[in-house]
Amino acid sequence: MAFTTAMACRLIGRKSVIGARSMSSWWRNVEPAPKDPILGVTEAFLADPSPDKVNVGVGAYRDDNGKPVVLECVREAERRIAGKLNMEYLPMGGSVKMVEETLKLAYGENSEFIKDKRIAAVQSLSGTGACRLFADFQKRFSPDSQIYIPVPTWANHHNIWRDAQVPQRTYHYYHPESRGLNFAALMDDIKNAPNGSFILLHACAHNPTGVDPSEEEWREISHLFKFQVKNHFAFFDMAYQGFASGDPERDAKSIRIFLEDGHHIGIAQSYAKNMGLYGQRVGCLSVLCENEKQAVAVKSQLQQLARPMYSNPPVHGALIVSTILGDPDLKKLWLKEVKVMADRIISMRASLRENLEKLGSPLSWKHITKQIGMFCYSGMTPEQVDRLTKEYHIYMTRNGRISMAGITTGNVGYLANAIHEVTKSA
Amino acid sequence: MASDRRIGVLARHLGVEMDFESHTATAISASPTSGFQGNSVFSHVVRAPEDPILGVTVAYNKDPSPVKLNLGVGAYRTDEGKPLVLNVVRKAEQQLVNDRSRVKEYLPITGLADFNKLSAKLIFGADSPAIQENRVTTVQCLSGTGSLRVGAEFLARHYHQRTICIPQPTWGNHPKVFTLAGLSVKTYRYYDPATRGLNFQGLLEDLGSAPSGAIVLLHACAHNPTGVDPTPQQWENIRQLIRSKGLLPFFDSAYQGFASGSLDSDAQPVRMFVADGGELLVAQSYAKNMGLYGERVGALSIVCRNADVAGRVESQLKLVIRPMYSNPPIHGASIVAVILKDRNLYNEWTIELKAMADRIISMRRQLFDALRARGTPGDWSHIIKQIGMFTFTGLNSEQVAFMTKEYHIYMTYDGRISMAGLSSKTVPHLADAIHAAVTRAA
Repeated sequence: MAFTTAMACRLIGRKSVIGARSMSSWWRNVEPAPKDPILGVTEAFLADPSPDKVNVGVGAYRDDNGKPVVLECVREAERRIAGKLNMEYLPMGGSVKMVEETLKLAYGENSEFIKDKRIAAVQSLSGTGACRLFADFQKRFSPDSQIYIPVPTWANHHNIWRDAQVPQRTYHYYHPESRGLNFAALMDDIKNAPNGSFILLHACAHNPTGVDPSEEEWREISHLFKFQVKNHFAFFDMAYQGFASGDPERDAKSIRIFLEDGHHIGIAQSYAKNMGLYGQRVGCLSVLCENEKQAVAVKSQLQQLARPMYSNPPVHGALIVSTILGDPDLKKLWLKEVKVMADRIISMRASLRENLEKLGSPLSWKHITKQIGMFCYSGMTPEQVDRLTKEYHIYMTRNGRISMAGITTGNVGYLANAIHEVTKSA
Repeated sequence: MASDRRIGVLARHLGVEMDFESHTATAISASPTSGFQGNSVFSHVVRAPEDPILGVTVAYNKDPSPVKLNLGVGAYRTDEGKPLVLNVVRKAEQQLVNDRSRVKEYLPITGLADFNKLSAKLIFGADSPAIQENRVTTVQCLSGTGSLRVGAEFLARHYHQRTICIPQPTWGNHPKVFTLAGLSVKTYRYYDPATRGLNFQGLLEDLGSAPSGAIVLLHACAHNPTGVDPTPQQWENIRQLIRSKGLLPFFDSAYQGFASGSLDSDAQPVRMFVADGGELLVAQSYAKNMGLYGERVGALSIVCRNADVAGRVESQLKLVIRPMYSNPPIHGASIVAVILKDRNLYNEWTIELKAMADRIISMRRQLFDALRARGTPGDWSHIIKQIGMFTFTGLNSEQVAFMTKEYHIYMTYDGRISMAGLSSKTVPHLADAIHAAVTRAA
């Protein structure tokens, strides 16, 4: 029966701590965890009182006034959604409509894989959730496999596959000397990976370097997967579709090449950046299968992994996505807004490079405009980064990664000057 | 030709001899570029069975019958059988939509700070000493499921004992959550089919013989699926036993406010454990009591011995969350924070919550009366004695299957029905079905 408050007071009133250990905590041996290297940067930035401070740390888009942006298509979608629908549970696999539209973006509007229902796909908690769900799935169904991760990569990739208990190895990717791609070493590493290895690929706008293979290089990588008959599995993390070139179709080229070549791939997609839905946690995990029956089986197993993690994914962000992509006018607006964001970043790249060259920097900054997407791997050392932070209140991750989205016409001069100052004697 | 050049490049990579006569590399077998060949590495994956609870709704949706009734998943329905979005939620949503200054940036890993503080106050009480002393760490998680999973993962990494004891029976997803988190699941006796009440002796015996330091899962109120809750005195005995054995309580609070209609009353078992100064975990969900189901709003709180420990524990919780989904979804938590922060909205919420709880209590009464009126054999008083959203009818899986087939009534095979899915109009149909199931020849 109901627990009456009076009775409760009587019982709790007893001060005696029967059995509750007056000794130390169960958690006395818990070490303080290290701060997350990326999210910790923003924390430090927020705590800095300097009026000149610049945050080029986390990869969240900012407009030319340094302000976060909510896309107009998103505002409109929210207006339509608010007050109308209920908040019932989504199925474990998430919003069917949202997933359908999302697959079109990755696989192509008229993809025969979609028509033939060969893709196992579930709504996921943004890109992180998609990668984690896939890593758990890989552990369960390919328990002897390893994941190959590029060097460098988004730091959380390592955490994800580690927590999924999948052994990880790395493959060469970034070439520091050229600040470009170490293509030969990449090919060697993939060739030498044991049969049935899983290879993590960034579909476009590599994070943190901004260095992407050319179309030709993608074709060669794809051929290598095929000709080796090694049965490698290609898993694409696509967090920046639309952000690299401004054209989502173009940014999906690497994936389309692999699909043309007949590979059965997996894809993690995120709407955090390209729809500005960061905190809504909206994404999609898909796995291309041999046939519809297998896709049904794989999807059911992905759901089995989601259920004991969060039961079913959040509805709000998914509704925004399906509202926008399901309405031709809103979709057009979205594509326009994505291009505006990408173009601003491209112009900031040009501006930063120009400023550095004008300052007479002895170093080459060509890579700033050659690299693609939200990030630039500046080539600066951790010590130089520390100087930027201490002396100029410029916040970025210590690997020298600059989030271009944090640069504005207002601060590009200041930033260029600071970079020049800490690197000119390098 | 481009493809020859590619093959040539590849051959160099692979150190393979090229046969220049036929322009093929002898040791490389070329698959057709447009072929969909090669086996999938996942060809061996078999189709998983439907989730026993969520699968009920799947089956219900497929049924074309006009009299079908979904008593499966615990989602509240109005007396018209419709889902309900609370008025306070609509108001909060409108506030959020109209506020153009709001952005959709990432929340911190631990979630929305206001939401966390308010959630802790809700379950522990605003004047809780644990909160005053900063001994509580609260992190926003994906509803109850997510809170349980994050808590369990933390325990598997940092607690010295990997065994968790869960009541028999319990919510179907509990064992999976804990197992995947790396804990080892044992059960303790809870439900007594003979009395359709609590097997208190069995519970005390089983917890008494649990491994030292074992984690104990407790349903804070409105036990799912049975609706059977310990009395205040029984809770006190349980508390003493758990503390004297050094067991670690992990509360699942998914129905605060739904059991009795009072948020404070329903929180008493949790507060009792906090009051003795000991440590514990609580997983809170706003799915039912705020009707936010699909928004996935919840919180995990860990009450620690002191503030320093709480700080360290929080930092480790972040390491569990980051590789799972980075940071939690903002929308639902924002709605909750708006409501809990505003005195008027909060009061309105308590009224709407009580109305939901009262409607369920009235459905219990109506069903009980309807069965008595039909002279259905058996003692059905457990329907009005049990608490919360669910009734453990005592029907067996055969009877359940019969009710589904003949009466289009959907429920889980353990005989659990969601009272929230009943209305005054549908009670007679359900009573007929139960009567038929119980009286038909075996």
